[in-house]
Amino acid sequence: MTDELLSVADRVVAMARVGEQVEAVVVRGTDTEIKVYGGEVESLSSARSQGVGVRVVVDGRQGFAHAATLDDATLSETLAEARDNATFATRDEHAGLAAPDGVEPPRLDLHRPELEAFPPEAKVALAAELERAVLGADPRISGIESAEYVDGLSEAAVASTTGVRSVGRETSCYLATYVMAAADDEVQTGFGFSVGREPAQLDPRRAAADAAARATRMLGAVQPATTRTTVVLDPWVTAQLLGIVGSTLNGDAVLKGRSLFADRLGEPVASPLVTLVDDPTDVRAFTATDADGEGLAARRNELVRDGVLGRFVHNAYTGRRAGTTSTGNAVRSYRSTPSVDCLALALVPGADDPGALVAGVDDGVLVQEVSGLHSGVNPVSGDLSTGAEGIRIRSGELAEPVREFTIASTLQRMLLDVQAVGSDLEFLPMNAAGVTLVVADLTISGS
Amino acid sequence: MIDEPTLQRVLGSALRTGGDFAEVFAEDRRNSSALLDDGRVEELTSGRDRGAGIRVVSGDTTGFAHTADLSEAGLLAAAEAAAAAARGGGGGTRTVALARRPASRGYEIERYPGDVPKATKVELLTRADDVARSSGGAISQVSASYGDSRRRILVANSDGLLAEDDTVRTFFAVSCVATGDTGMQTGRESVGHTVGFELFDRYDVDELARRAAARALTKLAARPAPSGQMPVVIASGGGGVLFHEACGHGLEADLVAKGASVFRDRVGQRVASPGVTVIDDGTMAKEWGNIAIDDEGNPAQRNVLVDDGVLTDYMWDQLRARKEGRPSSGNGRRQSYQHLPMVRMTNTHLLAGTDDPDDIVASTERGVYVKHLGGGQVNTATGDFVFGMTEAYLIEDGRITEPLREGNLIGNGPEVLQRIDALGDDFAMGPPGTCGKDGQGVPVGDGVPTLRVSSLTIGGTAA
Repeated sequence: MTDELLSVADRVVAMARVGEQVEAVVVRGTDTEIKVYGGEVESLSSARSQGVGVRVVVDGRQGFAHAATLDDATLSETLAEARDNATFATRDEHAGLAAPDGVEPPRLDLHRPELEAFPPEAKVALAAELERAVLGADPRISGIESAEYVDGLSEAAVASTTGVRSVGRETSCYLATYVMAAADDEVQTGFGFSVGREPAQLDPRRAAADAAARATRMLGAVQPATTRTTVVLDPWVTAQLLGIVGSTLNGDAVLKGRSLFADRLGEPVASPLVTLVDDPTDVRAFTATDADGEGLAARRNELVRDGVLGRFVHNAYTGRRAGTTSTGNAVRSYRSTPSVDCLALALVPGADDPGALVAGVDDGVLVQEVSGLHSGVNPVSGDLSTGAEGIRIRSGELAEPVREFTIASTLQRMLLDVQAVGSDLEFLPMNAAGVTLVVADLTISGS
Repeated sequence: MIDEPTLQRVLGSALRTGGDFAEVFAEDRRNSSALLDDGRVEELTSGRDRGAGIRVVSGDTTGFAHTADLSEAGLLAAAEAAAAAARGGGGGTRTVALARRPASRGYEIERYPGDVPKATKVELLTRADDVARSSGGAISQVSASYGDSRRRILVANSDGLLAEDDTVRTFFAVSCVATGDTGMQTGRESVGHTVGFELFDRYDVDELARRAAARALTKLAARPAPSGQMPVVIASGGGGVLFHEACGHGLEADLVAKGASVFRDRVGQRVASPGVTVIDDGTMAKEWGNIAIDDEGNPAQRNVLVDDGVLTDYMWDQLRARKEGRPSSGNGRRQSYQHLPMVRMTNTHLLAGTDDPDDIVASTERGVYVKHLGGGQVNTATGDFVFGMTEAYLIEDGRITEPLREGNLIGNGPEVLQRIDALGDDFAMGPPGTCGKDGQGVPVGDGVPTLRVSSLTIGGTAA
């Protein structure tokens, strides 16, 4: 099947004219999404989608076009459109496609035939089991906003006149639920999920228990007083922040003067406890992959070691322009040209489990969820302010739940203020893994 | 896109397993965009997406399938998949008679972007770059983007509805980075309307570039935002997202039906200060959230959600409305043919009051003046929401003084609605937005007059 996509990409590349670089990325996906409500299937969507993106570089100018059908007429039109678009770009001596760099792809086990063979009835049953488990988890669970099973098979091929020929295929599935807990007039919410490459890896009971615990432990939450204090970040929260930190280390932002760490290579930018790697070759990562968006092998990149900034991540263009090479960090869909981002971030875990970390905090807040990260963190200035909810920590013990407050600092300060990294590395459905993190001296803004 | 006999056969086939309702949603979308960054026109992009989504409802179950193949064979295959997913009980055939429903948005597109030379679009980008860079030596980086889309949709359903719409949107944005002793700051300005290239008759690209640059430069001198609670004055046009988050999402009938809204069972009750009237209006001519019909074929409407402080109604899509035996409010929207429709907002806004905007500031002893808000997020079940300030100032002794660095504000929807204690007479719509819900993004507009919330929590770092 994937070979079929590569042959489509090859057909586009074969149409290149002399003096022209042409790259085609062809993708296809099959997705199922099942929502259950009140024991019944609320909705069942099954979808097959596909698309092709064509990039042309000629005389230092780049153009791009995409389409959602793969017939020959559409391929020719899309190439012609990309070619025409290229004539309007500014000439750039560094423009150009990726070329094979000799790094072998890791050939990870990302595709499971078991997922493709899993019947729809069994998927419905998993979602229904999740809903039942949530409703039975605690008498205070008052309702469910969603209980769903989602899976996908995605395939991609990249070919170019510069010699790239890459294919990839992977499966993934997850269960997710968002629940409400009520006591008197008060309602609180919580989510839980379970992720895998095949259904056998999914654990509805754990997802249900997590959601119920997150919702019920918030009952009775009050707004905390404004103060400066230590926060303990839940792995889910840490992962989201790491994603933003990763975006400041991207070569495009560095070259264009939008990275607050642009001039800091080789300098300490974080607490010595912080070692940050981007490793899409770690098969445990949800976003693990054999190849990046330009078809170059995925690879492990150490970004920060013992607090010292070691490297930025690049795609072919930014690598060339920075006088180095691609780190295999091109990111794209078929609808876009490759940008640069981290693929699978993780902090090297520390020695203590979350319980021990909380016990070590005299006064602080365990933050279990943040909101408004997209509006509250400016990755250029580093200003950080986000809505939060969680549990007060008093004398090393979890105390009352708190909500409707913000935590604020700057990315720069937060990295330096890391007091401990937990041992509880957890792979989450995003481009960063989670781990409990203790950060000193954040401003809590509340009443 | 698809002729009527084919639609009738596809709908008939979709109902063969005994579904109660079937719908074909077909879409043909063309996008073009151009991006300038770092002084270079980096790329022009063109895209075309075309396909159909077929929905079959059987009891409380919805089956959905989509296809990029608009031939009858392709549509029938999708209909079969959707019907199988809905798994209705009985069999039998049903004939569907379609009645075309006229749709009009009451104005014409003056200049279709597809007819505008690419070079003309690129020229806007380079002008914005030049103007922004000449706004001051501290401007260290500029990016400018142009985008247009033309989206044709066709909706046919087993109730006999047949409706089509053709929507053109045009968008322009400038982002600047300013660098100074205190580090880097950013400023962005964007405009977007449901119009063609005539957007640029109404907006001067030079002016947008100057404003984006000024926003970044102003913040170089900004001090950290305060922390704790204080009065917040929101500028006209700058803060519609407040109502989008504080009450809009909570008034979506799908969330209400599941008990996931603080506004459940509150119709007819006072939920906001007197004078507060919140409206969602898909018919607002040329606004970013304008639609002639929604993505279920129902005509756009002006819906009063909160009238003089009293909750009057929720927003409805076809599915929820059917269940309640009431008409849809024209709020069933979807990102594309690959998605199921949901209850979504269009142009959500707060009507003007009678206060003089200058008096609102002058009567505020100490507080924050928010000129421009960024995005936000809400938990509809608890009502807690946040939104970001991208341009804000301190108010001291009734005067706007120092600029503040970015931060989030946090509040609780029902509480904030009751704390609105001043409403200006200067209503304006804000910049174009994309509202995300359940993974789907749709274009939405918002607007407010100058207003004051007597107390909100400011998420800064300063005392």
